[in-house]
Amino acid sequence: MSLLTAKHKRRGAFLAVILIALSAATFLMLRAFNENLLFYFLPSQVKEGKAPENHDFRMGGLVLNGSIKKDGLTVHFKVTDLHTSIPVVYTGILPDLFHENRGVIVEGRMTPSGLFKADQVLAKHDAKYQPPEMTPQMKKYMQMH
Amino acid sequence: MLLRKFSAPKTFYPLAGKLMPWFFWTFAVLGAVGLYWGLVLAPVDAVQGQAYRIMYVHVPSAWMSMMIYTSMTAAAIAALIWRTKVAELWLLCSPALGASFTFITLVTGSLWGKPMWGAYWVWDARLTSELVLLFIYFAILAMKSAIPDRRKAARVMAMITVVGFVNIPIIKFSVDWWTTLHQGDSIFRKGGPSIAPSMLIPLFMTALSFTSYYFWLVLKRIRTMIEKTENERKTA
Repeated sequence: MSLLTAKHKRRGAFLAVILIALSAATFLMLRAFNENLLFYFLPSQVKEGKAPENHDFRMGGLVLNGSIKKDGLTVHFKVTDLHTSIPVVYTGILPDLFHENRGVIVEGRMTPSGLFKADQVLAKHDAKYQPPEMTPQMKKYMQMH
Repeated sequence: MLLRKFSAPKTFYPLAGKLMPWFFWTFAVLGAVGLYWGLVLAPVDAVQGQAYRIMYVHVPSAWMSMMIYTSMTAAAIAALIWRTKVAELWLLCSPALGASFTFITLVTGSLWGKPMWGAYWVWDARLTSELVLLFIYFAILAMKSAIPDRRKAARVMAMITVVGFVNIPIIKFSVDWWTTLHQGDSIFRKGGPSIAPSMLIPLFMTALSFTSYYFWLVLKRIRTMIEKTENERKTA
């Protein structure tokens, strides 16, 4: 008995048609929802007015080097995408991964003065794992990525 | 046909019996060594401190949740086109294990997310698609308990499995396609892994251990099911 008789070919073709149709449908759906699937906007996009104006949204980027100013539980810092940076104010406890030059996502809204008032600060992990004591070669290797 | 011969329960049963101890010992030895290495011996992370160690369970579980589904999809195609009995059994025995690994992935990720990100849960593309995977597993499992006839159940499960497979590439590439809170891939990325070797080796060990655990259990469950069918046939 052959592995691909007419019956098997028919079933296989049926399955292939279903799979292709399904992939196409998923592809189109994801393309249509692309904007909504973004978890955050970059500061440049916010400046261009792409972020929603009248309700909360998320903005992501790096914490600008030297921009963190703490005053009790209130913290001021700037989020940058290396083109534009936007000042942020937040009151509350910061996550462990919150550091200068590291990824951050803030949730809140823009005030008319151009200050972003955050209700929540999320720190993004950079997908790097390394011990604290690195040899110079290891450091160079990690920086390449 | 060689393939056909191996896929007959009669040949599969003893073959699985021979393979099972290998999978069991790979699981046990690499699991013990990998977990001890990862949770105790591996250096602390420069940024995360001790908390990163949860990845020795989280990452292999996440891989398993997708790997089991992919193996189920292959089995589903074989079951739908050739009505292969072992493929049907594979499909009946896998989703509970897949759902468990998906659940572990979500829980460990959530426990890590609170101190590191600042939130237990966010609705980003990676987390949401993994949660969708858990629901797909539940749907497949529901069909198994809803349809008493095992072969009919397997065929319905196969259809859902094939349809649900579109979610797997979405999980895998979600961190590349969209902006997510979840970090990108640390291992399969351009320019090689961004994990120090002293941390990466135990991760591969636990990954291989989890994989062997799945194969050991799925073979055990399939053999039990073959025995059950055989007994039912004899008593009938």
